[in-house]
Amino acid sequence: MVDKQRVDEATGTKTVGHEWDGIEELDTPMPRWWLWTLYATIIWALVYVILYPAWPMLNSATEGVLGWSSRGEYQKAVDAREAELEPIRQALVSTDIHDLPKNTALLNEAIQGGRSAFKVHCVQCHGAGAAGSKGYPNLNDDEWLWGGDMEAIEYTLIHGIRNPDHDETRFSQMPAFGRDGILQPNEIQDLVSHVRVLSNREQPSASATRGAALFEINCTICHGNDAKGDRMQGAPNLTDAINLYGLDRASLTETITNSRYGVMPRWGQRLDAATIRMLTAYVHSLGGGEAAPVEDASAEQAAATSEGETPSDEQS
Amino acid sequence: MSNPEEILDPELKLYEKRKGVYPKAVDGTFRKLKWAIMAVTLGIYYITPWIRWDRGPYAPDQAVLVDLANRRFFMFGIEIWPHEFYYVAGMLVMAGIGLFLVTSAVGRAWCGYSCPQTVWTDLFQHIERAIDGDRNAQFRLQDAPWGLKKIAKRLSKWTVWLLVAMATGGAWIFYFADAPTLAREFFTGEAAFVAYATVGVLTATTFIFGGFMREQVCVYMCPWPRIQAAMMDEKSLTVTYKDWRGEPRGSVKKAEAQPGSFGDCIDCNQCVAVCPTGIDIREGPQIGCITCALCIDACDKVMDQVGRPRGLIDYVTSEDAELEKAGQAHTPVLKTLFRPRTILYFSVWGAIGMAMLFAVGNRTRIDISANHDRNPLYVQLADGDVRNAYTANLRNMENRPRTMEISMSGLGQAVLWSSEGARETAGQTVTVKVPADSVGRVRLFVAAPGAGPQREEFSFTVQAEDDRTAQDTHDVFFERPERAE
Ligand code: SF4
Ligand code: SF4
Repeated sequence: MVDKQRVDEATGTKTVGHEWDGIEELDTPMPRWWLWTLYATIIWALVYVILYPAWPMLNSATEGVLGWSSRGEYQKAVDAREAELEPIRQALVSTDIHDLPKNTALLNEAIQGGRSAFKVHCVQCHGAGAAGSKGYPNLNDDEWLWGGDMEAIEYTLIHGIRNPDHDETRFSQMPAFGRDGILQPNEIQDLVSHVRVLSNREQPSASATRGAALFEINCTICHGNDAKGDRMQGAPNLTDAINLYGLDRASLTETITNSRYGVMPRWGQRLDAATIRMLTAYVHSLGGGEAAPVEDASAEQAAATSEGETPSDEQS
Repeated sequence: MSNPEEILDPELKLYEKRKGVYPKAVDGTFRKLKWAIMAVTLGIYYITPWIRWDRGPYAPDQAVLVDLANRRFFMFGIEIWPHEFYYVAGMLVMAGIGLFLVTSAVGRAWCGYSCPQTVWTDLFQHIERAIDGDRNAQFRLQDAPWGLKKIAKRLSKWTVWLLVAMATGGAWIFYFADAPTLAREFFTGEAAFVAYATVGVLTATTFIFGGFMREQVCVYMCPWPRIQAAMMDEKSLTVTYKDWRGEPRGSVKKAEAQPGSFGDCIDCNQCVAVCPTGIDIREGPQIGCITCALCIDACDKVMDQVGRPRGLIDYVTSEDAELEKAGQAHTPVLKTLFRPRTILYFSVWGAIGMAMLFAVGNRTRIDISANHDRNPLYVQLADGDVRNAYTANLRNMENRPRTMEISMSGLGQAVLWSSEGARETAGQTVTVKVPADSVGRVRLFVAAPGAGPQREEFSFTVQAEDDRTAQDTHDVFFERPERAE
């Protein structure tokens, strides 16, 4: 083949030496720019392999001189953001919860943070919009079993509801009137009628009147003479439009017969104080948040903390 | 095998090397016009960002400012927000149609006089003549071997070019930030990197386009000559060599020797010498001709000297050229100017302009949009009422903080409050303070009796307390739960 190589007169270029039916191919050299680009990419690749993770090994790839990794980059970004948020977290923890509503800027930061934390820890039960579902309270409304001011919400968050291994947890237990044989099924139906009359779901009836008598004996201790409930015990208001487990006859029968026992984890042992305060602010901001009760605040101040001004309305 | 010489016919080369253009200085009517336009256009370019315009304490005091960081465009008394970008689009459409109008009436006047490429090339050529000398001296210098003198001349020419280029690129950035502040920061090295990068890029392009590319930009790169060629017709003005009058060419001496056998063109080549794009207009209209009319100036001067009538090269429409060739009078100017085509362009241009003026005059500088909460759609309240929540964005497009009042209408006995208020104190309106020239966001709660249709339409209206005439309304829905129990 090589002996067939010759120089083409027209172009002055060597041929490759092959010939097919009189057609020959010129051995035109690569254009310079192409060649240099190739060399440059080779050099680039060599440098890259040294600097960055490249060769796959058994468990992981070679690490590269720079020690770069995508996980490391991610961690760096997370750390940077955390550092940015640190002052806000500190300010949140050191601010008295009663003063938080006055500090609009900090409150807004807290609400934003709470919104994110809620999406991670709370949506499983309360739903993405915090609207809850049967057995899981709607946090947007203005009905609170354990209190809806910031302090009460935070307490609930820290100590949870019905954590048997925790003394300070919110705790109450309604008797299982049917299961434990305290009331007969017909008596329970009378009670159901009464409760439905209380919340305007039914017209007064003979059954409801019988139920009223039973209610007075069995229920007023917790739910109150007016059936408006008692937040100290987490006893719901039975006269309003909201009920955690439903106000239809079947649901009420089930509640009175077997009782209910909803549980919420105590987040105090899982989340830091700043995150809990953020969640508090967020839940409070959803629309049903209540102002701190005045007398509660002064009592709290006198009892719990010595800092701050002396409550002036103690005598009143 | 054939002879290489035969294949490599020099005529067939795919690449043509640029022939140097060394235009000669010329004076005359059009040259003066070009000077004037250069002064005006450069003046506008350099001075505009420094004009101040008082907008009060809450807005920049620069008359023309494209504030990219805050997404605002200020132009004297007009401020444009991003959602009003259609005004800018409208202005661009007007600029386009305006160019069509100008081109169909007076040909490539844009190219000849006001295109930045033309203006800066002209400027660079003046600098070149000031340093290297006129056309012939430039030829000599180009051919001379590299010596001390040539190096000195080249270096000084490039330095001056570079300074002009830097001033050009430098002025551009002042349209995008407060000019005095940016100038100080720029020279103390505190300006943003993007400012230096922009100046760098624009300096480079000006230097290269004005100093070296010149007419090649017009001939090879710019789309305008192609578009303009389509816009022109037989009634558009263009620079024309009147060959019926000029041909055959012959020197004055020849004409004296054989009277009657030569035309007016004395073949002095002055029109070619002055042409900034280096073409010969006597070969007929061509894409390289930017109709700068410098050859008219040159030729008129020659005609004056030899005592022949001016206008051997002149601005003529091709229709008039035909008429003149046939010995007839030109079409009246008014008839050429006002023809369906120009009238159509002008009316479209004017209509867009009037529409924009009307829109600017009538726009309100206040705006509300409200988003209904998706999750939950409604909240059952303890007393039987139902609450819906909305997130409202309030645009305050005035340069002062304003107190705005949101009211609702069309929803029976409902009450309205914001995240800062409470249901107990709720009423029919909510007031919000919105900072100057910004968007305020407020969460609105509306509570209405639980009995009612599942879906009810109503609206929020926003008004500024200091100007009750302007208002904006947004329609939303109020949702209620299905009545089950
Ligand atoms: S051809 Fe293009 S670049 Fe040249 S003068 Fe005309 S518009 Fe300007
Ligand atoms: S031919 Fe005449 S009008 Fe055209 S670019 Fe040259 S000098 Fe200007």
